[in-house]
Amino acid sequence: MVLGRAFEDKCAKMYYDRKMLGFVHLYNGQEAVSTGFIRLLKQQDSIVCTYRDHVQALSKGVSARAVMSELLGKATGCSRGQGGSMHIFSRKHNMLGRFAFIGEGIPIATGAAFTSKYKREVLKEADCGHVSLAFFGDGTCNNGQFYECLNMAALWKLPIVFVVENNLWAIGMSHLRATSVPQIYKKGPAFGMPGVHVDGMDVLKVREVAKEAIGRARRGEGPTLVECETYRFRGHSLADPDKLRDPAEKAHYAARDPITALKKYLIENSLANEADLKAIDKR
Amino acid sequence: MLAIARQRMLGQSFKKILPAVSVLRSYSSAAKQITVREALNSALDEEMSADPKVFLMGEEVGEYQGAYKITKGLLEKYGPERVLDTPITEAGFTGIGVGAAYYGLKPVVEFMTFNFSMQAIDHIINSAAKSNYMSAGQISVPIVFRGPNGAAAGVGAQHSQCYAAWYASCPGLKVLSPYNSEDARGLLKAAIRDPDPVVFLENELLYGESFPVSDEVLDSSFCLPIGKAKIEREGKDVTITAFSKMVGYALKAAEMLEKDGIYAEVINLRSIRPLDRSTINTSVRKTNRLITVEEGFPQHGVGAEICASVVEESFSYLDAPVERIAGADVPMPYAANLERMAVPQVEDIVRAAKRACYRSVPLAATA
Repeated sequence: MVLGRAFEDKCAKMYYDRKMLGFVHLYNGQEAVSTGFIRLLKQQDSIVCTYRDHVQALSKGVSARAVMSELLGKATGCSRGQGGSMHIFSRKHNMLGRFAFIGEGIPIATGAAFTSKYKREVLKEADCGHVSLAFFGDGTCNNGQFYECLNMAALWKLPIVFVVENNLWAIGMSHLRATSVPQIYKKGPAFGMPGVHVDGMDVLKVREVAKEAIGRARRGEGPTLVECETYRFRGHSLADPDKLRDPAEKAHYAARDPITALKKYLIENSLANEADLKAIDKR
Repeated sequence: MLAIARQRMLGQSFKKILPAVSVLRSYSSAAKQITVREALNSALDEEMSADPKVFLMGEEVGEYQGAYKITKGLLEKYGPERVLDTPITEAGFTGIGVGAAYYGLKPVVEFMTFNFSMQAIDHIINSAAKSNYMSAGQISVPIVFRGPNGAAAGVGAQHSQCYAAWYASCPGLKVLSPYNSEDARGLLKAAIRDPDPVVFLENELLYGESFPVSDEVLDSSFCLPIGKAKIEREGKDVTITAFSKMVGYALKAAEMLEKDGIYAEVINLRSIRPLDRSTINTSVRKTNRLITVEEGFPQHGVGAEICASVVEESFSYLDAPVERIAGADVPMPYAANLERMAVPQVEDIVRAAKRACYRSVPLAATA
């Protein structure tokens, strides 16, 4: 989480120094979701995200250097500079990419889950309990492809977890203004899968829910829809003036910063002390 | 002058030799006739049999035996795990197919007609076509999108569009369009074996047509190269390029033109992307005149690209402006007489060829 936050802050600095171009979407504030889920995965499990996911790549194991090089358009980047900020791919880490169009990644992740099942049942390959995770936001939950895939994943019992990072805002469109039934987790049971809501600012709570959902998928019990209530501290992208969000709302979530919260937890429960944490920050 | 005389003599002697050769050929390989439908079905069957990673998905491909019966019998043979009947969700199932292809499976996604592919076009272009480049080669997408394309009979504007030009303009895609049974078999097999996304444009009205095929074509290892056009009929006066159903029309036009002493060379493009510019230009350098024929809308069409290619590479060989015959610049009308006017007819091709050869022709009924 700390690496993610530091990375994103560095991106912001480079963007404002005009060293980085194009669209850059930062993840500050949402680190708990990424860490909570992805750290439970094996290398062969795959993730698909949208454009806001430098940190998902880092969590999955892609080196920070490769991601930063890609953002700077260098040939040493993970896609040799051909993809850019919105299109981080890594075959080795089974990070199937980040898709610029919201909703685009969901069928792809569903396809990866389909392949896992196909390899096990049709090709009879051993060791195929691979799971797929699709990360997307609240805005995506109003998109047709989301529903098409909830249906097919449940219909064919695919090993996938749909992770909604509900940060309440789709650029400047408030989730409440855009959605008839804002409780996204309720949409899972409508398609025959469990829908779970979790506090996305608390990494330990996220991890618990993630464990259960990933376990379900691995056991062949089918998909789960997990709604993580979270918040992004910065604007939609570095070009977003972010005028529509109420400062009080921002302050409320800033007080629930996942990194500060975990630090507090670790110290209170004597799992680590100040010195250990300072050492992590330094790295 | 002498060159022309020599050409004519060669042409005549060629014609004398040909009949003998074809008689010999038919004795040794007893030319069988199969429909385009049978050709596609057998190609799918053989490729599924050879590679367990190949699977089919689409609406009605399984229990219904295929909306146009192209996938007949395959569900019974390979089971529901390899022949998937999907819900009506083109965007969703196309994306799922692309995701499966990312992981090395080989989906063959059927669109009931390519008009419905517009619901999924984002996945065809952004997830399939561009991924190999965006990931710097890490991800390859061995997927085939197939189905009927272009006009049928009286199905109206939303069911009659030709998508060749749109898909062929996109880097990262291969776009094929068969005419006869040999094309259908060879090109579909090549598409399934290809590691890149292929858009395979069939034609509903050709499904039931029979064509002779040799034993070589019927062999399960048969495959045609992608990116190579075929000269269906040799000629020396004017080149006519076409693909899919229009190849048949061009061949009929060539027969009619021959009676008037014009020998047309008919090129079956087979591959719209990559386009076989070499074959086209070589032909134009021989005949000095070019007619392009397509069913789709004229603006930014396949013919426009071929014309540009010829102007770029063979301008000084052209003796007449390039003529493009295309569908009318109007959404496809429903009424049969209007539909006939909105799609190229054999007479249109004949008239254009004569114009290119400086013959006087009556004005067409439609502009």
